[in-house]
Amino acid sequence: MKPKRKRLAVVAAALLCLGGATALVLTAFDESLAYFYSPMNIVAEPPGPQQPVRLGGLVAPGSVERTGTDVRFIVTDEVENVPVFYSGILPDLFREGQGVVVEGKLSRGGLFEAHTVLAKHDENYMPAEVADALKASGAWRHGEPPPGVTLPPENAGGGYTQ
Amino acid sequence: MIPEIGHFALVLAFIVAIAQGVVPLWGAHKGAGRLMSFADQASYLQFGLLTLSFAALAHAYLVSDFTVLNVVQNSHSLKPILYKFAGTWGNHEGSLLLWVWMLALFGAAVALFGKNLPPSLRARVLAVQGIIAIGFLAFMLATSNPFLREIPPPLDGNDLNPLLQDPGLALHPPLLYVGYVGFSLVFSFAVAALIEGRIDPAWARWVRPWTLVAWTALGAGIALGARWAYYELGWGGWWFWDPVENVSFMPWIVGTALLHCVSVVEKREAFRAWTVLLAILAFSLSLLGTFIVRSGLLTSVHAFAVDPERGVFILVLLFIAIGGSLLLYAWRAPTLTGGGSFGLVSRESGLLLNNLLLSTATATVLVGTLYPLFLDMITGEVVSVGPPFYNKTFVPLSIPLFVLMGIGPFLAWKKADLGRVFNVLLIAALASMAVAAVAAVLLGGGPVMAVIFLGLSAWLVISSALEMAERVRLFRIPLGDSWARLKGLPRRQWGMTLAHAGMGIAILGMTGSTVWKDERIETLQIGQSMEIAGYTLTLDSIDDVVGPNYQSEMATLSVTYGGSDLGVLQPERRFYPVQQMPTTEAAIRISLGGDLYAVLGDTRAAGAQGYLVRVYYEPLVIWIWIGTVVLTLGGIISIAARQPRLAKTRQRVRQAPQPAE
Repeated sequence: MKPKRKRLAVVAAALLCLGGATALVLTAFDESLAYFYSPMNIVAEPPGPQQPVRLGGLVAPGSVERTGTDVRFIVTDEVENVPVFYSGILPDLFREGQGVVVEGKLSRGGLFEAHTVLAKHDENYMPAEVADALKASGAWRHGEPPPGVTLPPENAGGGYTQ
Repeated sequence: MIPEIGHFALVLAFIVAIAQGVVPLWGAHKGAGRLMSFADQASYLQFGLLTLSFAALAHAYLVSDFTVLNVVQNSHSLKPILYKFAGTWGNHEGSLLLWVWMLALFGAAVALFGKNLPPSLRARVLAVQGIIAIGFLAFMLATSNPFLREIPPPLDGNDLNPLLQDPGLALHPPLLYVGYVGFSLVFSFAVAALIEGRIDPAWARWVRPWTLVAWTALGAGIALGARWAYYELGWGGWWFWDPVENVSFMPWIVGTALLHCVSVVEKREAFRAWTVLLAILAFSLSLLGTFIVRSGLLTSVHAFAVDPERGVFILVLLFIAIGGSLLLYAWRAPTLTGGGSFGLVSRESGLLLNNLLLSTATATVLVGTLYPLFLDMITGEVVSVGPPFYNKTFVPLSIPLFVLMGIGPFLAWKKADLGRVFNVLLIAALASMAVAAVAAVLLGGGPVMAVIFLGLSAWLVISSALEMAERVRLFRIPLGDSWARLKGLPRRQWGMTLAHAGMGIAILGMTGSTVWKDERIETLQIGQSMEIAGYTLTLDSIDDVVGPNYQSEMATLSVTYGGSDLGVLQPERRFYPVQQMPTTEAAIRISLGGDLYAVLGDTRAAGAQGYLVRVYYEPLVIWIWIGTVVLTLGGIISIAARQPRLAKTRQRVRQAPQPAE
């Protein structure tokens, strides 16, 4: 095979790979990117019921209700409240009054049906997007400690009882 | 006193690094032998100083010296001794110290074992290593000194994140670092070769084992991390396409491409410029992997510190290293043309296509990982790219790659005759289709994509076995002769076959546990049972247990299958009082057919309704670990392979001067 034709074949193969990959990436972006919303945003501009989204804020104190494996709670930024439904085991660090990110879809009735609930990884850490959303809504003013960082009383003594 | 010695050694190492980065380069430029050989001495000294420094930090951890801030923040006197030691690198500062220590170790290894390298190449390689060390040590001394004191000392430390207190995870970062740092050495060889303007098979023979070391260690480290995620996080998954996972995976894919490419340089002297580019990319992605995890750009369990000063320093370092080396490449690479010619159907073409596919696959992962960062920077919109994205991009791209992986080893260098191997490939293809069909029926049907991957898994194993059979001319010559041939096969051959087959085995586990996974969540009273995949689990009791540095509630679930008793599963919910952190300890019953994986829910929420119990059935998941072990074994065997041609050249070099005497 002549070098010129060989080079042509290599370039063609490379273009085919890149083109294929670009097409795959673009369609995948279209269908699977999850945008982040704060409660304020999601109420102002609700996404479509088929659109996968993430919602982040604080778990409203006193809002958690459990029935069997089903959990309902409210995610708030102290401006708007969004009711969330989730079926399953909540992460270890899920607490009332603390930061949370839920993934799922917003149903037409305004109920957020979550398939995944993410809580922060440690006591001092707040998901960056939640922190920004809380600052935007005014729930967390500059110079104050972030909401929810104080330990809930049941843990402050080091106890872990039912 | 000891921490001060450690700090002082670190400062001295920085000064030595500057000398190591400058003097040998100058010497190599001028052809001054004394200046070039300074590189060796500097490498040994560098290694000695950093060993001292690392030992000082390890000592502070082992004796729980709470006058050292780093120890206070990441350790606790009650922590088990293994985690005290592993705590040395379980934090930002310590992990960087481990990184530069390994860099120095690899540098010293080149100085020691690289006596047969051309002196100017060795001097330049070590100088580039020195320059990398300058960057890292400057970063450490300026922003991340592990030896800062805390006076007066507190009574006790803050403990290590309990999620990280795990034997597998004690090994995970060092293995990843061997990988990352190994690629730094390959990078140094590439940059040195660019400066020299020469790349030949001898260069490739040097680069290949180091690439193998890096690739094998990185692969093993990634597998350990996946295994840790599987049993520790309690979600029953082993890979989440999380950005921090992706950044360790990308250098591995590029490293795979590099590994295949280096053999082309070695055997046929083709693809030289491309190999150098891959070496640069593998290290650039390793740097990205080291830093993106630490920089706070991505928040996760890996992000030790969120500190803007560090972030800027890191970006500058990345910019200099990646930008500088690419610039050098653009300037010098055009001189590296030529090499052996090859036909359209040949081993070279196969490897070229392999490289194209691997690079494209890496590019999709890179896009998915960095896109949210860029979008956030440019528009302020926050998006997340999760598994669905990779399932639609990376996964389909891997299909042609795996198909090719089965064919490639049959192709001869230069010009291959597809017709000659067509029958064997046809047998392999038909057999894998049959296996896929049977497996799909056994697993109860499934999506087309999943069946394709079962087929690919079988294809890789069968084609590897057939290729081996072909090499020993099985059934065509007497069995005894075949056996003799098998024993005589070079280790490199064994390494490749094992690596390809191991990948096939791992695909079986990945596909099975992803597609046919079953999950049940129920609230159970004591004495009640639940069922999953034919297993019955009965909640016998919930007990309080006290561990060395945690308190725990442990559920006892007795497991039966078809009436026969299979023992108990004891998932726990632990609470670590020092860090005020609860963790979930899953209980797993492992078997070749599938794992039974039980998790206990939050017991505080358990009221009259009972305790939340989540159980997964993960078919075939164990084959992921078996496959990665086989893959790693393939890598290790290849590293241990003798280099017959190198030995020959050495002989020739030794004999050559004789006539002149």
